[in-house]
Amino acid sequence: MQTIICQPATTPALFTAEGVVGVIFLVTIAMVVIGGLIAVHAQRLVRAVAGLALCFTGLAGVYYFLLSPIVAMMQLLIYVGAVSVLIVLGIMLASPEEAAPVDEKPTTDIKHRSVLAGPLAASIAGLLFASLAILGLKTQWQVFPREGEGDIHAVGITLLTTHGMVFELISIVLVMAIIGALVLAQRGRN
Amino acid sequence: METSIWHALLYLVGILAFAGLNAAYLGYCERKGAARIQRRSGPTEVGYAGLLQPLADGIKLMSKQLLVPKGVDGIIFRAAPILAMVPAITSMAVIPFSGNIQARAMELSVLLLFALAALAMFAILLGGWASGNKYALISSTRAVSQTLAYEIPMLFTVITVVLISGSLNLQDIALDQQGGFWRWNIFRIENGHFLTMWISFLIFFICTIAETNRAPFDMAEAESELVAGFMTEYGSMGFGLFMMGEYLNIVVAACLTTVLFLGGWDCPLGLIPGVWWFLIKIYILIFTFIWIRWTFPRTQIYKLLNLNWKILIPFSMVNLLITAVLIKVF
Repeated sequence: MQTIICQPATTPALFTAEGVVGVIFLVTIAMVVIGGLIAVHAQRLVRAVAGLALCFTGLAGVYYFLLSPIVAMMQLLIYVGAVSVLIVLGIMLASPEEAAPVDEKPTTDIKHRSVLAGPLAASIAGLLFASLAILGLKTQWQVFPREGEGDIHAVGITLLTTHGMVFELISIVLVMAIIGALVLAQRGRN
Repeated sequence: METSIWHALLYLVGILAFAGLNAAYLGYCERKGAARIQRRSGPTEVGYAGLLQPLADGIKLMSKQLLVPKGVDGIIFRAAPILAMVPAITSMAVIPFSGNIQARAMELSVLLLFALAALAMFAILLGGWASGNKYALISSTRAVSQTLAYEIPMLFTVITVVLISGSLNLQDIALDQQGGFWRWNIFRIENGHFLTMWISFLIFFICTIAETNRAPFDMAEAESELVAGFMTEYGSMGFGLFMMGEYLNIVVAACLTTVLFLGGWDCPLGLIPGVWWFLIKIYILIFTFIWIRWTFPRTQIYKLLNLNWKILIPFSMVNLLITAVLIKVF
């Protein structure tokens, strides 16, 4: 077990290096929250994916602040650069002529819903939040030691020794995905 | 010094100035270069030899109305040009212009550059979609299939360099090549790397042309087929930002090529290394970009993808294997 040393709770002045870093941290948090909200609430799918990409970018920033630059870079490379782009591409090819959202639907739908729907949803959400919060606060978190200095060298060595099994399993999953894609593409061609 | 806010501010202003100047004057250089190749004179009227032309263009673009056509997705349409600029400028923060001119000597700078390149692709994709125009949509799907495909051989060739230098830090990679052209990764004598590294360089250079959407691989804005591709609906500064983003991507690509293969700020014969050598190298590379654009005709999209999947990827994989073997054997 490692003890987490908390910084003294003095707020640094805005126009110092620490102050600017703090503002950037808040910006990344805002990106995560706003991106997530856009992803959930957007009426158009492409906007939702753009929000998702924003959320991922913010998450990369959070990882960077957690002193894991490798995870941050991978978050950008894989989630923003590959996953989000592929989702957008898929949506674009599937429905390029997506119409603008119609405003009438939600207003008519609300009338048909039961009176209880709102309070019920709110109480479930509150319960979920409360239980997660209690879980987070009450659990004795086990802090794993960092692999080396957290640099790419140490991570590379542990990936091929301590966590070699996981690494191989992931490569098997990827190979299966590639072969599956090849089979599907070949079938489409015939 | 490292934690001082002035350090960050100084680099911020410096990088923005470098980026702005390059984005403006590369447009001028391109027009002049194109004109020379086509036996014309190019811009001559504004200032001496047309040197103030970028300023006039900038004022014109900024004073024009920002038209948002009917049927476009307003927010994404306005955000996409900004998104095209931001990654290119951000990448300059980790580029070592010389031994002591680098805003942030990051351990994973190579990875960061490729992560930011992925963001730039997102801008083209969103810009093309938000325009609500069929040409723009075709263009952005082309751009994405091309960029995703060419990232594979590019990363394979970068791995060869990373293997030789043993670091993902651009500064370490450049420092590893100091002391004369025979130590540069492209002509590296030790371990017999010169046997394969020139192939790596060639593959990498072809990939950078494709990644920056330049002719002969400018399928995304093939003006004879797609009007102007994803930029069709953009006017005034929206168009201007896309163009600046394109030129900045070229600058970043040239910087990356210089650091990875051409020894960074090192002098070919080991005399007075410094930032000037870096600038000379990147401008020679940028000139080559312009030269290639105006002397080669555009290819077709399927030929482009065939070249990538059937030639570049196998070659780069074999190249990686040979490099690894050379390192292991010697």
